[in-house]
Amino acid sequence: MTPANEIELAEAIASAPGPLRIVGGDTRRIGHAVEGTTLSTAGMTGITLYEPGALTMVAKAGTPLAEIEAALAAENQRLPFEPTDMRGIYGATGQSTIGGVVATNNSGPRRIQAGGCRDSLIGVRFVDGQGNVLKNGGRVMKNVTGYDLVKLMSGSYGTLGVLTEVSFKVLPAPEASATVVVEGLSDPEAVAVLSAALGSPYDVNAAAHVPATGQTAVRVEGLEGSVAYRAGELVKKLGGAVADFDWTSVRDLKDFASREEDIWRFSVKPSDGPKLGSALRDAGAIDVMYDWGGGLVWALTPKGSDMRPAMGAIGGNATLIRGSGAAVFHTEPAAIQFLNEGLRMKFDPRNILNTGRMG
Amino acid sequence: MELPEPNSEIIARKSDIVARLQAVLPMDAVIYDEQEVKAYECDALSAYRCPPMLAVLPASTGEVAAVLKICHEEGVPVVPRGSGTSLAGGALPTSDSVILGVGKLSKVLETNYDDRYIRVQSGRTNLSVTGAVEALDFFYAPDPSSQLACAIAGNIAMNSGGAHCLKYGVTTNNLLGVTMVTMQGEVLEIGGAHLDAAGYDLLGLVCGSEGQLGVVTEATLRILHKPEGARPVLIGYDSNEVAGACVSDIIKAGILPVAIEFMDRPVIRATENFVGAGYPDVEALLIVEVEGSETEINEQLTLIKEIANRHNPVELRESQSAEESANIWAGRKAAFGAMGQINDYMCLDGTIPVSQLPLVLRRITELSEEYGLAVGNVFHAGDGNMHPLILYDANKPGDLETCEKMGADILNLCVEVGGCLTGEHGVGIEKRDLMTTQYTDADIEVQLDVKDVFDPKWLLNPAKVFPLASTESRRVV
Repeated sequence: MTPANEIELAEAIASAPGPLRIVGGDTRRIGHAVEGTTLSTAGMTGITLYEPGALTMVAKAGTPLAEIEAALAAENQRLPFEPTDMRGIYGATGQSTIGGVVATNNSGPRRIQAGGCRDSLIGVRFVDGQGNVLKNGGRVMKNVTGYDLVKLMSGSYGTLGVLTEVSFKVLPAPEASATVVVEGLSDPEAVAVLSAALGSPYDVNAAAHVPATGQTAVRVEGLEGSVAYRAGELVKKLGGAVADFDWTSVRDLKDFASREEDIWRFSVKPSDGPKLGSALRDAGAIDVMYDWGGGLVWALTPKGSDMRPAMGAIGGNATLIRGSGAAVFHTEPAAIQFLNEGLRMKFDPRNILNTGRMG
Repeated sequence: MELPEPNSEIIARKSDIVARLQAVLPMDAVIYDEQEVKAYECDALSAYRCPPMLAVLPASTGEVAAVLKICHEEGVPVVPRGSGTSLAGGALPTSDSVILGVGKLSKVLETNYDDRYIRVQSGRTNLSVTGAVEALDFFYAPDPSSQLACAIAGNIAMNSGGAHCLKYGVTTNNLLGVTMVTMQGEVLEIGGAHLDAAGYDLLGLVCGSEGQLGVVTEATLRILHKPEGARPVLIGYDSNEVAGACVSDIIKAGILPVAIEFMDRPVIRATENFVGAGYPDVEALLIVEVEGSETEINEQLTLIKEIANRHNPVELRESQSAEESANIWAGRKAAFGAMGQINDYMCLDGTIPVSQLPLVLRRITELSEEYGLAVGNVFHAGDGNMHPLILYDANKPGDLETCEKMGADILNLCVEVGGCLTGEHGVGIEKRDLMTTQYTDADIEVQLDVKDVFDPKWLLNPAKVFPLASTESRRVV
């Protein structure tokens, strides 16, 4: 089913006799496989409202991400959270949709400074599991009217409702960008450098370490003079030099995506990153990579291996991004699970929306 | 303002409830004397007052859990309270309720500069969070005007903003984790020093839930290194439209100032009389502040001045010293106080799309004439968060009611043009009955469902946020 609008979508859900598999562009295949009739949001497209002077964009959930990014670029603006292109990881060929970005709360390197998808998202419209059309938030960037279901919907993987429209706070695209690259650091040294950069007054907006190339990179963006100044100060502080660096490679995990093995993603306290990286290697990881100042650890691991135990006592969470040898999502404490399940039963009492995807 | 009928059956059991609470708290942490509980009869929305049945001041997460467990068993409503600075009546008690004040929970638990966070108990004041890290030049970004007094617990409950959130975001964007006690007395850890949830974003849901889903006792907050410097520029225009257009052009030009504040003539005049900041007598005044090194500040201000000049300002004044900067901010910071010198006021908090600014300001002027009450506007222009201050005389019969009506008209207007009822103060009791203008019954129902999950007996701050009629059947259970 590919409803053309929200009303059709609501009818489709209300009258669905059984489970539904919700897809946008089917390019972010995180989660357990879902049985059911495919319900696509790809028929609901278009930018509904774009006010560059108010830094606001509203779009239908099925709008291709590429269309959104092009419209923003035409006004010299962009999405703050630098969403990743996951097609390489899954060998997908479709068009990523903005609804899919939201449903997976997807954010790239700039998340460390500008916040994640959930932070830029200011409004949603969605249809719950009984076919009720609902909205929360709106199109203004400060809004505390009622509960923040916007954040709840972001990263709920289509299990609480099917998004029909999303609103974002956007940001000006920078006039200039520069990356300071330091070579040859060990993982602990690298994360210490990233911490020093992120703890400086220089407004670093990406901080990654790629052990495979031995590169540790921090990025600054903004007005030309400001970027030159801050990059210069960072070189003084950290060593290294301003150099070309392909951030899309970090963002899209290109080096791991092109291989066959499993991919894990860990979100931890940045200073725990190197400890986790070492534990992952000990547990058989082929390679690791650090983003978000060390707090986002990616691991390329042999097929079918469960890497979660490598976390030991390290706090945070692990997600199996590609592979099938373990639970995809991190098991949460019983009390949190109880609340999650309670919410799920309220939003989708028939349990038909992406059933089992997050389970 | 209507409050639910107090449950006399609960009040009749007061001495038993006090005894149970005294068994889990130090003697002085249970306040039940009728005179003493009056200290908790209102928050900063002081037009509405009601002493609680009793108040408790727990000093640890364990004590909070014990209190909530007892109140849950006894079926007693609990109203959490930070520092009582809510402008929306978020901490207003009912006469059958227990005020749970978190003021004794004020410790810093951990500071971590490498990972850029601080963990504090939730009763700690906003400004003292920054105070705990500024020796190393770090700060906590959200800066509500009440930051000297307001507690982090209240900031989280209301998802508070401040003057600098155009650049740094509001509370929810700077909150990494909480320890929260549910109404049943269960202690939950949500989030932590890492980013993003493993499953549903409960942290995002809790932030801004106005103390209705749980009582936050500890919080992990993001801290940032201070910028090297900051400098404001003051720009005066002879029309609100032009000032609005200037704001829009600055944003479109790709500059993101840390703050863009807007004041209209009534507020400018009031602050001049009050503190004499040297503001020009113009229709609209903007304070635009940028941050960075000296070079960076100059680079940004050059652009901003260029844009401002295109709109023919009556006055354009760039600060040349720390003293001048302080002066430029002095009037803005004193604005609420200055308006309070003139009369009692009600401060609204609607947010509108920036493009609607001229229209909304024009309509507010018309409403002011219609209702015969003066209004001053002072607000965060970069994000459209308006703060109309409606002046009224609390001693004049009927004036408060007229003011409430006018306030409702303004907020409805905010919603009509695509905005919302409240940008950073919260709904509380103040805007509870207006929720239906922004949300459909179904939109509200799904939020009530969320509360059902966290607090099935509807005991936590139950008379807030939603129209009483919509919650009645749940509250009597």
